Amino acid sequence: MRELTIDATIENIPVVTGFVDESLEELGCPLKAQMQIDIAIDELFGNIANYAYKPDVGPATVRVEVEEDPLAVIITFIDHGRPFDPLGVSDPDTTLKADERKIGGLGVFLVKKTMDELSYEYIDGKNILRIRKKLKSEKKHHGLF
Amino acid sequence: MQIDLNRDGEKLTAVMHGRIDTVSAPEAEEILLNALDGVTDLVLDFEDIQYISSAGLRVLLLAYKKMVPVGTMKLIHVSDVVKDILEITGFLELLNVQDE
Repeated sequence: MRELTIDATIENIPVVTGFVDESLEELGCPLKAQMQIDIAIDELFGNIANYAYKPDVGPATVRVEVEEDPLAVIITFIDHGRPFDPLGVSDPDTTLKADERKIGGLGVFLVKKTMDELSYEYIDGKNILRIRKKLKSEKKHHGLF
Repeated sequence: MQIDLNRDGEKLTAVMHGRIDTVSAPEAEEILLNALDGVTDLVLDFEDIQYISSAGLRVLLLAYKKMVPVGTMKLIHVSDVVKDILEITGFLELLNVQDE
């Protein structure tokens, strides 16, 4: 298990992405899965940065855990900002014409669709958001889809 | 966010680089939307784009809405990873997206 606690700011998204990618690269994570995880970090950590402590700045902890057989990575985002359950946001209508389209809710929808699991709990004043992604390829296939 | 703008009359080709995410999207929006005056043929070259998040999709939607009344917009050299994202979010049907 690896853990990083850092101010939840937009500027720190690349720091979190770099931290998680280190683990993914060690695991021989396929490039496509890594990109999808990086997008999930952008959406979820970005939400925390934009909403959890506004207008103040507060910390968030990002934890990376590995499950074996089948190989999977679990990433947990923890903040003690205002309670927010992203799973409570309804899915956007992705069939609308351009004029009617809204971006709100699209990020979480994207995470739901590309990760194997997305769960949320509010415990002891903490938002605990967890994603799980199976990493199918072996190390020798590193870099291939 | 690096975007190379190549203007040829009413055609604008914008070669985008890296990631279009929460960090880079505001700058991408500013560069792209400010370059659209008089453009009727907008080409977004995604050859060097690693991935796009919902913040980037918002920029694409804004550019698309600006182009619809005056001309066309298409995305070229779109990778499988990006195409997947566009498909999941319904943008693949909305936008003109090409592999080559």
